[in-house]
Amino acid sequence: MKLHYHIDGGDFVNAGKASSAVKGVLKQLNVPSRRIKRVVIALYETEVNVVAHATQGEIEVAIDSDQISILVSDSGPGIADVEKAMQEGFTTASKEVREMGFGAGMGQPNMKRNSDRMDIQSVPGQGTTVRIVNELKD
Amino acid sequence: MQIENIANVLKAKVLTPELDLSREVVHAFSSDLMSDVLTGDHYKTVLVTGLSNLQAIRTAEMSDIDQVIIARNKEVSQEMIDLARESNIVLLKSSYSLYRVSGILFKEGIKPLY
Repeated sequence: MKLHYHIDGGDFVNAGKASSAVKGVLKQLNVPSRRIKRVVIALYETEVNVVAHATQGEIEVAIDSDQISILVSDSGPGIADVEKAMQEGFTTASKEVREMGFGAGMGQPNMKRNSDRMDIQSVPGQGTTVRIVNELKD
Repeated sequence: MQIENIANVLKAKVLTPELDLSREVVHAFSSDLMSDVLTGDHYKTVLVTGLSNLQAIRTAEMSDIDQVIIARNKEVSQEMIDLARESNIVLLKSSYSLYRVSGILFKEGIKPLY
């Protein structure tokens, strides 16, 4: 099964809609709830990052019987130092993002913690691509 | 403790009265930082927050939290109420501060997560 979602930068009203839709699909597929939670938290934090930092992004989701593969690619400023961005507490978030309840430098660590495999590729000035792969069976 | 009784002790307004109010609450987590909420392993948890926006409801949904209390009489938008209803999340609004809500819940035997 393949799913596609579009994200607009700055659109905090709709941040999380894709994660919510994916949650619904995984529930229908009877994926264990703890595994669903890991997937949707990793995706939700990624969505919030795109809304917070990028101009727009695309989410491609591929689900098969054993695993879910999520590719999120955005157009935006990119991440100058991915390793640094992975450190807990590191943030470049604006005041507006912090007012939304995010931007404390916990997003990327949360994404990593809730992924079985995660990879971030970024080109400063162009954008960022995040790949998340999680197993769906216990 | 049932969420309906929690609403009573907090003198809170139930914004989603059509949802099941007999659901049991065991734990509470108080935070305005949604990434912090997302790190928790929640079970029968009520989220207490001063953050009154759609992301508080989304975060609860992603975290498998089925009830949210907005503290300090913050304005709650119709979009938040609609999203809570859609996500089967009981939404309460209390005039008490985050500290006072947390203190009352603790006294009533609601457990902390950590």
